[in-house]
Formats: sequence, C-alpha cells, structure tokens
Amino acid sequence: MSVQTDVRAADPAIADAIRASEVRFTGFGKTFGTGEAAHTVLADVDFAAAPGEIISILGASGCGKSTLLRAAGGLGPATAGTVTIDGTPVTGIDGRAAVAFQEPRLLPWRTVRRNIELGLPRGTPKAAARDAVDELLELTGMSTKGELRPKQISGGMAQRVSLARALARNPGVLLLDEPFGALDALTRIKMQDLLLDIHRQRPATVLLVTHDVDEALQLSDRIVVLGRRPSEDDGPSTITSIVPVPGQRPRDRADSGLGHLRAELLAHLGVDTHAAAGARSASD
Amino acid sequence: MAADIAPRSEAAQTPAEAPARSTGSRLSRIPGWGRLGLGLILPALILALWQTLSSTGVFTFVQLPPPLAVVDAAIELIQRNDLWIHVAISVQRVLLGFVLGAVLGLLLGSLVGLSKLADLLVAPTIGAFRAVPSLAWVPLLLLWIGLGEDSKVTLIAIGAFFPVYTTLAASLRHVDTNLVEAARSFGYSGLRLLLTVQLPAVVPSIFSGLRLALAQAWLFLVAAELLGASMGLGFLLTDSQNNGRTDRLLLAIVLLAIFGKITDALLGYLERKAVARWAA
Repeated sequence: MSVQTDVRAADPAIADAIRASEVRFTGFGKTFGTGEAAHTVLADVDFAAAPGEIISILGASGCGKSTLLRAAGGLGPATAGTVTIDGTPVTGIDGRAAVAFQEPRLLPWRTVRRNIELGLPRGTPKAAARDAVDELLELTGMSTKGELRPKQISGGMAQRVSLARALARNPGVLLLDEPFGALDALTRIKMQDLLLDIHRQRPATVLLVTHDVDEALQLSDRIVVLGRRPSEDDGPSTITSIVPVPGQRPRDRADSGLGHLRAELLAHLGVDTHAAAGARSASD
Repeated sequence: MAADIAPRSEAAQTPAEAPARSTGSRLSRIPGWGRLGLGLILPALILALWQTLSSTGVFTFVQLPPPLAVVDAAIELIQRNDLWIHVAISVQRVLLGFVLGAVLGLLLGSLVGLSKLADLLVAPTIGAFRAVPSLAWVPLLLLWIGLGEDSKVTLIAIGAFFPVYTTLAASLRHVDTNLVEAARSFGYSGLRLLLTVQLPAVVPSIFSGLRLALAQAWLFLVAAELLGASMGLGFLLTDSQNNGRTDRLLLAIVLLAIFGKITDALLGYLERKAVARWAA
C-alpha cells in the first residue's frame, strides 16, 4: 500500500489528475424484501479501504460479495449502517465510483470507442473526450480496435473495454464485480497483469469481488473474506477475516510462500485443501 | 466485417430451421434484377388470367373489364387531371395520419413501457380503447370534427397509433436489464437513458410496429374515404361503383396496391438501414 502512496507523492501531476478515495463501510447491512419475505444477506460489515489500496472481497457464491460492491457504487443502497467515500455517504449513483461487471455489458450497436465514451463524465468537451478515449484505448491495449463493434472482439477484449469505460469516469474507487470470472485461465492471468499495470498508472482504490483465491492473492493488498458466522448456519454473511497479503506487486505466481495463506483462505471458504495428501497444495 | 455481421442479424430475425436457411442463403445470392424478375412472374400470370377471363366472356365487361380498359381509364383520368389529385390527397392523408399516430404511439409507448406507474395508470384505458373496433369511432369523429380533412387524418392516426404503441411498450419491458443498469451506473437516467440505451435496443421492434402502422394507415384511409369524401382513391372506389365504372374501380385497387407497396418499401429501406446501425 505504501508503494501506491509513494508513486502518487512522487508525481504530483498524476496526483492532480487521478483520484483515489477512501471507502468505508460502517455497520453496513443489506436486507432484501420486507416483512415475512425479508432476507438479510449482509450484516455488521465494518471495514475501510485506504486510498489507492487494492482490496479483494472473497467469499462463496451467494454470500453477498456483489451486494457489498453494488452498495459502494450506489446501485443498491444500504438498509443498515452506511457506506461513505472520502467521508461523505453514498446515496445513489455516484460520480466518484465506477463499476465493471462480470459481463462486459457493452452496447452492441456502438463501437468500442463510443462504448468507452459512455463512461466519460457528463459534459466532457468533445476534444477532451477524444483524447481521454485515445488514452484509455492505449492503456488497455485496444488502440487498433476502437472502430470495431463488441461482437467483433473477443471476451477478453470486451472486458478491457468495460474496464476502460469504468476508468473513463476517472473514479476514485474502481468497483470490479468478478470482471475476469468468465474468461479462460490464460486470458484471466493476462487481464490480472493488465489491471496491475493500469493501477500503477492510475492508482484508484480498487474493490475486487472474486471467488478465485489465487486471483485475490495475486492482486490485493488485503483480502476481505465474507462468510456466515460459525454460530449461525442460516444467518446473514459478515466479514469473517481480513487477511493482509505479504510482498509487493507484481507477485511471483509461483511464490510458494503464499501457499499457507492460500490454504488458510480456502479453509475460510470451507474448502478442504487435502493438505494431508502431501505438499501439493503449496506448489499448486 | 460487414459480411460477418449480416448473416447473424438475419438469423436473429428469422427463427427458421437450418435447411430453410440454407435455401435462403442460396437464393440471397441472386442479383437484384433476377429477384425483380422472379417477383414479376406472379403478377404477369395474374394479368394473363385476367385478360383471358375478360376476353373469353367468362365475365361481362361490367364485371371484369380487360386490363387495357383499366389503362385507358387511367389515361382518361390523367388527361382530365383527376388522377393525380386523387392520388396526392390520399397519400397526403396517409402520411399525415401515419406520422401523427406513430409519434403519439412512440411517446405513449415509451412512457408505458418504461414507467410502472404510467403502465398501471393508463395501460388499461388504452387497452380498452384498443378493443373498440376503430371504425366505430367514425360517427363520433364526423359529429365532433366534421366531414373535412381533420376527421380523416384523425381516423388514420388512430389506426396507426395502436401497432406502434403496443410493440414499443411491450419491447421496452424486455430491454436487457444488465445494459440498462450499466448505463445507470454511469449516471444515465430518464430521457438520456431512453435515447442512449432503451430506444436503440428496440429499433427492430419499433420498425415492425411502424410497418404494421403504415398498413393500418392505408386500411383506414380507404375506410375514411369510403364514408365521406369528394377526392381520393377511396372516393374513386365508391364513385366508380355508383357509376358502374368497374375499369376505374380496378384502377383504384391497382393504385392502392402500388402506393401501399411503395411506401412500405421505403419504410423497409429505412428499417434495414436502422437495423444495420443499431441491431445487436
């Protein structure tokens, strides 16, 4: 984390143009429905992401990871507690946050370039918009694809466009909802590297929802694990642990030192790592 | 790249089975003049049958005058400068009524398709009005608006309104919620959201609604002109019937077919342009 802070301090020009905001969940809870049908998904979530930090939100399916992320983006308000960005509450769609979803969600009738334009803040002058999109196409390695339609590009490229569209908003908080979840393993690794590359140049605070332990270890400063309290089987999810990831990015994918952490995280998620079967899990 | 797009959008429009589609793709390679030629075979046969039936005396001249008599009737009306007046006034009524009805259909269809409140408030009422056979409005229109142009255009607009309204309201409810949410997350809402995401997403439905509306507009034109007019193709129909001029009557039918087809083809051309531009 100190790395990002240093980068921004060293280059005031970047610090001026690029925002990184603090995101804080205080007593956050979310209940869907009312009365008999009420279903509480999340409760008592207390947690803050420092400016420029990359936080992975890890948890089993249906534990409320996306719900937490959507609340930070103003897509689904808190029913208990608050979410704040830089101290002011998120009450609706918020210009300080931008979301990239698991599906690219590009408008099929618009070119790549025009899709990225969609993310620009309202009222961006034409010339500035063109420059900003050029820069984002460059940043995501899509410079030669700007005039293509979404169905003419691969799934990985579509996710790059989705990322570029989110970055076009110049967000202080980048909310990534399993953005690489639907990609093949190789493309996913490339996209993870791309994300780190982008983060070095535009160090926004990143909240990344994932169910991939390796992805979380590779990318994050800290990993927030969501799950049910051991005492109640059917209750809402909350934060079961916050795991700092040692070392600096980019991390060696073969680092066996992270092996025990991987096993620990999998155990948090209720997965048996079969450690008794040998040291395989450490080198996997 | 364009070639890459075309087959997919075709496949999306026609849920035809694989064998039928392969025939279609072979026929789609026929050049333009070839298609025109194929399309003209049936009209030529009809014309030949018509000529045979009238010249061999199966039908009397009053029942079915031969094709050339219809051509003569056209020439006569052209020379008297009447034909173009009939055609022009009918086309004008159709276009005015169509545009009026379509614009209202787009506005109300958007409102009902997007707003749950509007849906609950006005959709049942519009549905009830739609259940009234539209020609039932004619006596009221005559009473309220009179026999002039306004009542005819209004009747045509009523006919054009419902197909546009219905298809738009229904298709807007099925726009991909993921796309809408993504745009909302980037600060789009209200009219901007409608114009950026929702309307472009339903362009194909809008055009099928518009084409239905145009067909309705011609239908209601004839109805309006049959009921009370001194000009127009519908008037030419009744006037010829009253005077026993079957040749003119047939001429009016042929002209309705021609102009109906021309306006539909123009709209079809716009539809292809729009679908290529906006289709998913």
